[in-house]
Parts: sequence; structure tokens; C-alpha cells
Amino acid sequence: MDAPAFAWPAGGNTRVPYRVYTDAENHEREKAKIFAGPTWGFLCAATEIPEAGDYKTTFLGEVPVVVVRRKDGGINALVNRCSHRGSLVALKNQGNTGTSLTCVYHSWAFDLDGNLQGVPFRRGIEGKGGMPDSFDLKQHGLKRLRVEETCGLVFGSLSAEAPPLEEHIGELIGGRMQRVLGNRKLKVLGTTSQYLHNNWKLYVENTKDTYHASLLHSFFSTFKILRLTATGGIHVSEGGGNHASHSRNKQDTDGGEYVGLRSAIDGFGLQDASIFGARDEFGDGITVQILSVFPNFILQQVHNSIALRQVLPKGVDETELLWTFLGFEDDDAEMQRMRLKQANLVGPAGYISMEDGCVGGWVQRAIQGSEADDSVVEMGGAGHASSDSRVSEASVRGFWNQYRETMGFAP
Amino acid sequence: MIVDVGTRLAIEDLFARYAHTIDDDRLEEWPALFTEDCLYQVISAENWALKRPIGLIHCDNRAMLQDRVTSLREANIYEAQSYRHMLSATLVTHFHRDEARVVSNYQVTRIMQDGSTLLFSCGRYLDRIKFTKAGPLFAERVVVYDNRRVDTLLAIPL
Repeated sequence: MDAPAFAWPAGGNTRVPYRVYTDAENHEREKAKIFAGPTWGFLCAATEIPEAGDYKTTFLGEVPVVVVRRKDGGINALVNRCSHRGSLVALKNQGNTGTSLTCVYHSWAFDLDGNLQGVPFRRGIEGKGGMPDSFDLKQHGLKRLRVEETCGLVFGSLSAEAPPLEEHIGELIGGRMQRVLGNRKLKVLGTTSQYLHNNWKLYVENTKDTYHASLLHSFFSTFKILRLTATGGIHVSEGGGNHASHSRNKQDTDGGEYVGLRSAIDGFGLQDASIFGARDEFGDGITVQILSVFPNFILQQVHNSIALRQVLPKGVDETELLWTFLGFEDDDAEMQRMRLKQANLVGPAGYISMEDGCVGGWVQRAIQGSEADDSVVEMGGAGHASSDSRVSEASVRGFWNQYRETMGFAP
Repeated sequence: MIVDVGTRLAIEDLFARYAHTIDDDRLEEWPALFTEDCLYQVISAENWALKRPIGLIHCDNRAMLQDRVTSLREANIYEAQSYRHMLSATLVTHFHRDEARVVSNYQVTRIMQDGSTLLFSCGRYLDRIKFTKAGPLFAERVVVYDNRRVDTLLAIPL
């Protein structure tokens, strides 16, 4: 595990070896270097576990995690694996566990900080059996993650070396996150699970790939909704792993509403244009912003549809994509209606996102037997600097830059 | 509740036409099974139980259903696939004048072009059916799916 499973091809971040999506040894290395490495993973929205004892189960990479609200209002994240025989401790997706977590297998009980409180029959029965006197409860707690919160989102890390969360996200991308989530109180409007038949990185790359958007997703162009006047750009963090791309319709900033859009739709096939009655919620005319934080977190603003996406590896060639649709506690009725309507654009059945569910699987199928070959990521050059052109694969190269650095692939 | 045989047959006939319309890939005819101001929604049982409104699809009028079909035909890209609906346990829960509320079960098998066949979705239809001059139509069809996880994507309506 000390050295990568294979060498990176010449060409730096403009070439991606297909083995990176298929190699089992590399996948094991990702578990240690990336998901247990100096990174942060999104766990849940703080609002999902409002009361003391409320918990939600999720994953950091492939490691099962239980996130729980403490009595003092803080949030803990614990590896959801009993320190005794390794069973799952919390079994439900969410619930309230009171003041302790108890493994059902042998009833080992842990407090919400993960400390082992007691072991049944610890002293045996009538002097027979039981744990040796040397057994120290303190040495057998649940493994605890570092936990930090930003914009109402809870992140966890298994690494002492990970920089503080804000530093990991960085000022540039943090500002773009703040733009959408601000300090408003979040409300979860729905969750969806989508199962993809491809390596997790193919989906993460897809979200960073601004080049494909108008080519693969033809909903906007078919209905003549994408305007030539649309402008936009890509922000990429210094290390490359985090990005935020955006597009805006110039005219849409006039008056803050989507003036003109309705007439653009009339006569071009959409029978019901109410799906585009969006509000310029953030006052900057930006209609779409897709943001990612290394390695596997996505925040999406598509018109008034706001969602978090957690990209969870399930072995080397399968991925679970968890969507959390958000609104804010102070949304008025009209805004709630817009969020509901515009959710039709995204998710597993979304007009502009369903293709992303299958395209990774097509790559995964096509590269079988071609593991020695590489894919080409050269649109917009070889670097990963921020740019005002979206006809670029800069943020994809940025991902590979941070990936290679984290995984120890020689530059 | 027990309704007269004619009413029940009309409901079951609507269900059967719905299933065959989709399974035979006659999607253009699918919106006509709904009233103009219909609600068609696909949502997971988990969201439904937690009263969270956002699921996979939310159409609050028939024009939106037509748009979805147009989009599937003209815009969206997905691998060739078809469904086979299995319907059962039709239960009429309310019936008043020209309106019925009905719960029924479904299973949808998805068949891909390479022959791989998957039990793609199972769950309940929660329907409000309006008996019009033109026959029974869906005023509401809420598809509450049990299988939390959607394999790959959902293109064709359930």
C-alpha cells in the first residue's frame, strides 16, 4: 500500500488511466488515502438531527457512520461498528437513540460520545466466565470522527492531518457555498437514492465537467431554453479538488425575474412553462451553480432547486448517489412550489440530469479490457486555473491534481 | 369499500389501459388518461411517510405530462428499455358521486436492450379517479415506491 498500484501516464492531469476506475488495489488505497485520509466527507444537514439523541446513519466513503445530536446540542459522528465483534450498532436510516447506542448483538452499550459504558456479564455468572480484570472499558469505545459544520452542513473526517474544514473548502469555494446556503435555516424537502453502475469518480468528474452540459443534456436546447447570451465561468480551488461552475442569463438580471423566458418557450414545444417561473433568489442572475468539495460532495443550485449530492463508492465499480433536496425555513408558499416544480429538472428522473445516471455506466462498460489506455482531458489546456469559459475541462483536471497528490501518484 | 361491479370494472379497466399504454411504448397516449388539472407524482415511501414533498417527478397538470413525454422522445438520452407492469390488490377506499379513491399495488420490471431484467420498482398507486363523460380519468395518481433506491435512472413513467 505504500506505493500506488500503477504509474500515472505521461501528460499529467490531461490523461486519466482507465485503470483508476477498475483497479481493486487502487480502490483499497483510496479507502486509506482519500476517505480515511486528510479530507472531509459530508455526513448530513444539521437540521436532520434537531433533538438530543436524534441520529442518522450514513457513510464516509464506504465506512458506515452514525451522526448523533448530543445533549449539549453538539454533534458527534462515530464509526457505526461495534468495538466488540464488529456489528453495525445503529441499524435504521434515522431515529432517536436516547442517551446511548447499544449494539443488539451482545448488548454492548456506548454513550453518545462513543465511550463504552458497560458489557453484559462482564463479571461472569457466579464467578465463572466474564471479562478478564485487565479489560479496560476506556480502550473499547466506538471510533470517533472529527466533526465540523459549515452553512448548516455537517462534515466528518477520520484523519488528524486533515486541515480545518474551512481551510479544506477554501475561501473561494466557501464563498460560493455561502452564496447559496448563507446562514439561513435549512429544511430538508426530500431525499433520493440513485444507484450507478460505475466507479464513484466517474460521477464526481461528471459534475465538474462543464463541457458536457449543453451537449449531453439536450433538454434546454431542444426546448430552446439555453440562450446564446448565457455567460458563466468556473472557479477552481488552488489544489484543484474543489470547484464551482456557474452560468447566468444576461437578460435575467433585468428586474431580477426570468423576464422573456416564458415567451422564449412559447411555440418551442413546452406546454407548461411554469417549471421556469423561477425567482432570482440570490440577486445575481446566476441560474445554475454546481459546486464540489473534494472528494465526494456536491452542492447544486439549478434555478430554485437546491440539493446536496453525496457520492458514495460501493466497491470499485458501483456507486450510490444520495440526493438531499433543500429549502429554507423562511421559504414562502410560492418558493416552496418552485422548489417542488424545479426538482423535476434534477435527480434520477430529472430533465437535465437523468443522462448523468447512465453515462458513467457506459464508460465503465466500455473500458473493460482497455485498462492500459487513458482518457483525454485537454479541453481548455492542461491547467486547472479558474476561468470565465465553461468550454473547459479545468475543474476535471483540478480533481485529478488533488487526487494524484492525495493518492501519492508522482506528478 | 364495496362498489358496484360496473364501477369496479371501470376502475380496473383504467388501470389496465394505463399499464398497457406504458408497457407498449404508447407514451403519447398516456397523458390522456389524466384530467387536465391532474396531479402525477412519483415519490419514495420514505419521503411520503416523513411528509417530505420532493420525490422523482411532480406534475400538477396534464401539460406537464405531455412535456415529459416530449422530453423523453426528443431531448433525453437513455438506453433502450421497456417496462412490464404487474398490478394487484385494488382497494376502493372512498366512493362519492363521480369520484373514487383507490389504492393498488404495482411491480414494474425493467427490461434493457441486452436482456437484463430487473425488478425496477414496487409500491402503491394512490389514486383519485374522476368519472367523466368520457369515462374514468386519473385526477391524481401518486406513485409511492417502496424501493428507496432507483437503479441508474427513471425515464419512463411508473
